[in-house]
Amino acid sequence: MSTSATAHHDAHHDEHHDTGRNTTLGFWIYLMTDCILFSCFFATYAVLFMNTAGGVSGKDIFDLNLIAGGTAALLLSSITFGFAMISAYKKSKGGTLLWLAVTFLFGATFIAIELYEFNHLIHAGHGPSTSAFLTAFFSLVGLHGLHVTAGLLWITIMFIDVAKRGLKDRTVTRLGCLSLFWHFLDVIWICVFSFVYLMGAM
Amino acid sequence: MSQHDHDAHSHGSSVSSYVVGFVLSVILTVIPFWAVMTGAFDRATLFAVIVVTAVVQIVVHLKYFLHLNFTKEGKIDTLSFIFTAIVIVMVVALSIWIIYESVLMMMY
Repeated sequence: MSTSATAHHDAHHDEHHDTGRNTTLGFWIYLMTDCILFSCFFATYAVLFMNTAGGVSGKDIFDLNLIAGGTAALLLSSITFGFAMISAYKKSKGGTLLWLAVTFLFGATFIAIELYEFNHLIHAGHGPSTSAFLTAFFSLVGLHGLHVTAGLLWITIMFIDVAKRGLKDRTVTRLGCLSLFWHFLDVIWICVFSFVYLMGAM
Repeated sequence: MSQHDHDAHSHGSSVSSYVVGFVLSVILTVIPFWAVMTGAFDRATLFAVIVVTAVVQIVVHLKYFLHLNFTKEGKIDTLSFIFTAIVIVMVVALSIWIIYESVLMMMY
């Protein structure tokens, strides 16, 4: 009985694995279009960053210690999400929930640092409407921040999903899509800290 | 059990792969931050350090975190990424080229 049940389970599993693969590929193609959206914002920033309208430039306002902190939080969240995926493939519910929670905390730290930076800039009189440079800066970094916020919301939903329904194949596929989204945001952040902050501050 | 091993393998995810990717990423992040914050180099060298470490770190993330590869199953992901990368190079590089040239022309 157990043998036939296992065989049935395997066939069922393979079937789901295939549709899971299609879902992941579709999500990957969405991420590629998102990549093009980000590249348009990067191109806008590259064109506008020198137009400071006589106001501050990147060198005056970027606090690299703060950015290093945000970068560390996002990088740590990437590896902890990796551990969540490994736990999910091993069908370890407790491990998945633990690592999802840790990932959420690191992601929230990143967003907190970014909000602090934005708040600080706006109160110092360097809001997004001050110059073309600041508009492009807030748009690009804010777009990334919005994506990370959406990722945090998604992590919360997946946490509830895993906690309530366990690690069914569909749930693992969804976690796989979220993992692609989360690691993709870290790749975008590499471009942001390199081309916006480090080049702006040098 | 063997099914799970196969899964873990085909997704390219193991603890060691994530740790290797993480350690490489930390090194590739610390180098440009250190170079800019200490101002140890001149502008051209700093520029080169930032670009090279960023590109290498993106490749590290694609390989160790996003598990892009050239296996039969993973090839289509990699190819769609390469196609997107070409579109991005055209969007970003050509926009910058066009706008900077037009700025130069308007100055004279």
